[in-house]
Amino acid sequence: MIDIIRSEWTKIRSVRSTVWTLAVTALLMLGLSALLGATAANSADEPMPGHEAVAMSLAGGMFASLSMAALGVLVISSEYRTGGIRTSLMAVPRRLRLLTGKLVVFTAVALVVCLAASAGAIGIGLAISRPPSVEMAEVARATLGCGLYLTACGLFGLGLGTLVRHTPGAIVSAVALILVLPPLTNQLPGEWGGVVAEFFTTNAGTLVIFGRSGEYLGPWSGFGVYLAWIAVAVAAGAILLRRRDA
Amino acid sequence: MTAIRATNLSKRYGRTLAVADLSFDVEPGQVTGFLGPNGAGKSTTMRMILGLDRPSGGSVLVDGRPYEELRHPLRKVGALLDAKAVHGGRSARNHLLAIAQSNGIPAARVAEVLETVGLTAVAGRRIGGFSLGMAQRLGIAAALLGDPEILLFDEPVNGLDPDGILWIRTLMRKLAAEGRAVFVSSHLMSEMAQTADHLVVIGKGRLIADTSVREFIGRSSQGFVRVRSPRLAEMAELIKIGELYPDHLRVTAMTPLEIGTLAARAGIPLEELTYVQPSLEAAYMELTKDSLEFTS
Repeated sequence: MIDIIRSEWTKIRSVRSTVWTLAVTALLMLGLSALLGATAANSADEPMPGHEAVAMSLAGGMFASLSMAALGVLVISSEYRTGGIRTSLMAVPRRLRLLTGKLVVFTAVALVVCLAASAGAIGIGLAISRPPSVEMAEVARATLGCGLYLTACGLFGLGLGTLVRHTPGAIVSAVALILVLPPLTNQLPGEWGGVVAEFFTTNAGTLVIFGRSGEYLGPWSGFGVYLAWIAVAVAAGAILLRRRDA
Repeated sequence: MTAIRATNLSKRYGRTLAVADLSFDVEPGQVTGFLGPNGAGKSTTMRMILGLDRPSGGSVLVDGRPYEELRHPLRKVGALLDAKAVHGGRSARNHLLAIAQSNGIPAARVAEVLETVGLTAVAGRRIGGFSLGMAQRLGIAAALLGDPEILLFDEPVNGLDPDGILWIRTLMRKLAAEGRAVFVSSHLMSEMAQTADHLVVIGKGRLIADTSVREFIGRSSQGFVRVRSPRLAEMAELIKIGELYPDHLRVTAMTPLEIGTLAARAGIPLEELTYVQPSLEAAYMELTKDSLEFTS
């Protein structure tokens, strides 16, 4: 397994798209935090409370989630686009091992970058908006939560990429599941509508960033629900990867 | 030990049968040509050998085992399927490094195979800018990485210039001489005539012949006698069983001596009386003419 992980690490670090998408993720996080922080500092009469400042610092997460998902998709769909998947499967004919290698390497890379970007965004945001007091526990949870959330979005993309195989199709489904459909579910009527909305992908997944609780889910159980969605996508992709001709 | 053994191998895509009940062996120490018209099922068969496509029926073993069960498959089997199926954004060196690492092959091998195929000077360049010939060499470098006993090449000379063709031909002969099994597909008979020792010929997914190159010529196509004469029409009248062409007569069922004797008795002068050996090309055309997927 270590051989496969080493190989996947070489693959992910040796294409420009990785570097670019990771750079875009970090820039979105840091840039939006600085921008919103400066706007808030200039317009507000009194400094905003600490937890609001932390939440505002992570506003870039909405866009960063998409760039991470795109990177996750590309990790596998670019191999299908070029036909390189055949080379990969000739080298590692046990297909689930190949997928596991990709998941491990992607998770490690994404975690490092997303945690750093989240921490940086909060640091910049707080430095500019200067709230009177901030709880360190709040900062730690938000940093960890946002880093994990963004990594999870990337894994969602990797699962969907394995499932769909085509880059555009996989990215469209990722955008739909991460960004477009979640707010729409809030319009669902009745009690069941409310349940569906709260458990729906990123509606559940983002609770951990802002430390909020819904009617049924807390920050971490919400994140757990999001991980379950991702697990379904990855598992479905894995089953098809095993079955289909390459 | 038999390098590759296909037993009643079949592959169905929807309603089309791409490969049907195909059985053959590939032995070490020789170049086995895998021959058939375009669309005959050669690439599908190669993908099944490599565990990429799952057979609909039958089995194929590599060194006695299914490909998926090889622990470090690239140390046993090297293959070049589609030279352009690589991520263009990666350098040649990184492309090979990733492949080597996946099978626990030392990184030093990368430089060695780059040297072997003559790409050392462009090792750091992005593959996307490579010509087809360079991509082909890179694909062969990847196949050689694990120093495998078994090599598969799918149409390796397609789109290559004469230098490249000669280079690949020489390389395949050398690999076979080292005792490796070389299995190479082509739709060009002339190519195989110069490279292969053994032939597996398929058409419409079915086995047409599995034989040595020499036997293949001898058995499949008849030779004929070409007769030219200023009085060709009279000659045709006399022989009766000949096939008349504008400038010559073609006779398959008689020897030159028999024809010459008849002509002498009738007092007809002959301009030419030649026994024409069947060529490998002709033998192949004859065998596969019924199995062309697309006839123009």
